[in-house]
Amino acid sequence: MSKPLPVMDWATDFDHRDSRWIEDPFPIWDELRGRCPVARSARFEDGAYFASRYAEVREIAYDSEHFSSRRVIVREKKITPQPAPPITSDPPEHTPARKLLLPAFSPQMISRLEPRTRTLCRELLDAIGDAKTCDAAVDYAQHIPVRLIAHMLGVPESDGDLFRKWIHLVLEVGISDESVILPALQEMSAYFFAEIKKRGGKRGDDLISFLLDARIDGQPLSDPHLVGTLRLLLVAGIDTTWSGIGSSLWHLATHPEDRRRLVADPSLMPTAIEEFLRAYAPVTMAREVVKETTVGGCPFKEKGQVLLSFPAANRDPAMFPDADKVLIDRAENRHAAFGLGRHRCLGSNLARLEMTVAIEEWLARFPEFNMTEGARATWSEGTVRGPRRLPFTLGKARKPV
Amino acid sequence: MRVRVDAERCQGHNRCCAIAPELFEADELGNAHARGDGVVPPQLEAKAQLAMKNCPEHAVRITNE
Ligand code: HEM
Ligand code: SF4
Repeated sequence: MSKPLPVMDWATDFDHRDSRWIEDPFPIWDELRGRCPVARSARFEDGAYFASRYAEVREIAYDSEHFSSRRVIVREKKITPQPAPPITSDPPEHTPARKLLLPAFSPQMISRLEPRTRTLCRELLDAIGDAKTCDAAVDYAQHIPVRLIAHMLGVPESDGDLFRKWIHLVLEVGISDESVILPALQEMSAYFFAEIKKRGGKRGDDLISFLLDARIDGQPLSDPHLVGTLRLLLVAGIDTTWSGIGSSLWHLATHPEDRRRLVADPSLMPTAIEEFLRAYAPVTMAREVVKETTVGGCPFKEKGQVLLSFPAANRDPAMFPDADKVLIDRAENRHAAFGLGRHRCLGSNLARLEMTVAIEEWLARFPEFNMTEGARATWSEGTVRGPRRLPFTLGKARKPV
Repeated sequence: MRVRVDAERCQGHNRCCAIAPELFEADELGNAHARGDGVVPPQLEAKAQLAMKNCPEHAVRITNE
């Protein structure tokens, strides 16, 4: 696998693996919005499209007739679609596959996890202790979603390294090197089959048991459906939320005025979290064109891959006044970080809980912190954007209450 | 003022319930509806407007009845 050639023209030859896009994509999207609402690229099999404005992103997300979810990652070479219902499903199959999961992720069910989330954050902060420096992505943010989803699935929390390895292979490395994807997916499936076997006929309070008992039209889920959904639940919630927590901490480390304001006035937390979700939206999805069409005046050819960028939509000044500014008290914020339409993130209640509690607990312990002098954050590439290294210098830790 | 949730459009983002829990609640699937008859007391009118302006699916409706 070689590094992609540098991009010369973003409108006709875009590449989201380019280091400038990974580091700081916002100026690129601003430029595109002004001159070409739908950019193209021949670097990906059958061609790829990228919409940079809210209106087109919304139109594509709502249009499952022309834009299928069977490929949700833009790849250099297409692979045989790997079903992971409901994210890879189109209507009519999508509706029942999603509906059966909704009760487990409703606001009421997720709010029960708050005490556990708080305890878990405090344990991680205790481990940082009185240290003068830490890596907030590695020592803190990455562990929170792993432990919660492991708890919900009823698998060992200590398998977190394994989960992160799979996710890195499928969502990052696999964009350019398809040889790593199938082995990673097979390992994940084998892992879940072993977990199912372990349960035998016994059922617990966990999502694997919940799915084993689930029925669609009176029938249990097929093995590929069951294991595809389990893989999705594992992949969808981890580096997304890790990124959301990490980007929020990065913002607060680099904007001391916002940090002090939030510490002084915790009632700003809900608008601050929504604003971090808007401005640093972690997730870019994809669609495959299944029927030729035009959006925003631009033609989309059959088989093309579409990069569906909720992060770019969230920075569109036509939708958000001062779109390029992060305003932690932004009251009107119809952002699309969790998608739009039928595939709205199933885990959005969980993700919001995790982000809110993680930031509250961090600020309660470390109201003062900044990026370590001379050190830099590093950002992930691909489908999910967030800091993977956050070298912080910490102020004095406050006593846990 | 009265609020209503268009069930065809609502995808359960839960923004309305978070902003104005006095006016909206979620069912067991996470989709929202107005509490009671949806009538908004004057002191909650601003919150109702905010809920409408934050719904990503444009599902929150306000009427003046
Ligand atoms: C900040 C964290 C997160 C962000 C930004 C995020 C974002 C998204 C987005 C944009 C979609 C829409 C996909 C599309 O239109 O094709 C989605 C779908 C989904 N997300 Fe999340 N997500 C996050 C956390 C989670 C968590 C914690 C879970 C829990 C397991 C989760 C589970 C799912 C599932 C199952 C879907 C598919 C829903 C469907 O297709 O009906 N996500 N997410
Ligand atoms: S904010 Fe809109 S989509 Fe979300 S629950 Fe309320 S009405 Fe439904």
